[in-house]
Amino acid sequence: MAAEAQAINPIHQFTINRLYDLRVGGLDVSFSNASLFMVIIILAVMALMLLGTSGRHIVPTRVQALAEMAYEFVASTVKGTMGAEGMRFFPFVFSLFIFILTANLIGLLPTAFSVTSQILVTFSFAILVIGLVILYGFYRHGVGFLKLFVPHGVPLPVLVVLVPIEIISFLSRPISLSVRLFANILAGHITLAVFGGFVLMLIGAGAWSILSPIPLLAITALYALELLVACLQAFVFAVLTCVYLNDALHPGH
Amino acid sequence: MAEHAANAEHGATHAGTEAPGGGHDNAFPPFDATHFASQFVWLAITFGLLYLLMSRIALPRVANILKDRGDRVAADVDAARAAQEKAEAARVEHDRTLAEAKAHAQALGQEAHQQLAAESDAKRKALESDLNAKLAVADAQIADMKAKAMSNVESIARDAAMAIVEQITGKAADPEKIAAALASATKA
Repeated sequence: MAAEAQAINPIHQFTINRLYDLRVGGLDVSFSNASLFMVIIILAVMALMLLGTSGRHIVPTRVQALAEMAYEFVASTVKGTMGAEGMRFFPFVFSLFIFILTANLIGLLPTAFSVTSQILVTFSFAILVIGLVILYGFYRHGVGFLKLFVPHGVPLPVLVVLVPIEIISFLSRPISLSVRLFANILAGHITLAVFGGFVLMLIGAGAWSILSPIPLLAITALYALELLVACLQAFVFAVLTCVYLNDALHPGH
Repeated sequence: MAEHAANAEHGATHAGTEAPGGGHDNAFPPFDATHFASQFVWLAITFGLLYLLMSRIALPRVANILKDRGDRVAADVDAARAAQEKAEAARVEHDRTLAEAKAHAQALGQEAHQQLAAESDAKRKALESDLNAKLAVADAQIADMKAKAMSNVESIARDAAMAIVEQITGKAADPEKIAAALASATKA
């Protein structure tokens, strides 16, 4: 009864169980299912990017071709938004992209835990990005970085209105960046679980069970959509990271 | 902490039996701050490790693979271009020797033809002159035979005329008169 209720409850999939391994060191750093899936994610990425490329084939194997594709895709995105100079952030953007992409895709496996459905994870990434933008911006341009908030060629009276807007939009970036990813993954998983619940409820509803394939078909369609969302949100996160880092490189609009 | 987990279990069960998504007495799991610290620590560990592995090992390696392949392809393309140029040069050379051989063969043929023509011409001329000589001899013979025959005709005519005259007149004819008459007849 309890297991069935958990299966129907679409929120249950996001609960964190620290029952895997209990570790306390002043702070609560228990190894939970979330931690387990973080480890699984980096193991998967390592399998792709380290094992897959260990052959260093001139004519690539399938896995190596995939690794090269990921590399070239992110590299072209970074160069496209920041120019060749932006390649100094390439390892960072690549790690971010591949981590989020793998988290999203692994999260879509049945019974798997979705790391990116946790606001803390996406918000940490967003803060990391914005923190890097601010630190690198001041490191590179000093006070000149503040020109980011002062679009040049704009008359002074307009600036009075515009500068606060620019500052607010800058400060809202980590929120929009993190909530976008978090909400997309969360909503997708809830929708899938709700439809899964429909299937279960219809099966248990006597004659109505004849309708149970309908939400099952809906799950199939939604799953395809969620695969798209998983890739798209990782890409969006990486592109926005590039755009924001570009501000740190070139603060004058 | 354990109590909290138990509460979460209970809450989930409760929500499932009443109405999905409603009736929570616990925080919505993603906003539940109890696990934030452990999540953050593990995220920092795993992402930090991933960043190190990617930036130190994986990405330089892939960059090298791509660079090696680019170099290899460029070298192969250069080699192919060189080979093509060589093939083109060989073709030109081949065409040239072929044309030369053709011209040579033509000259040789012409020469042989001319030689043969000259030879056959000479043979023909020799044959012609030989034949002409034979023809001339034959002509002379014919004329000779004709003259002889003609002189024979005259003596026969004279004898016949004398016999005819003797038969008609009954006396021997004058041979001089007969000869004169014959001469006038043949002249006419």
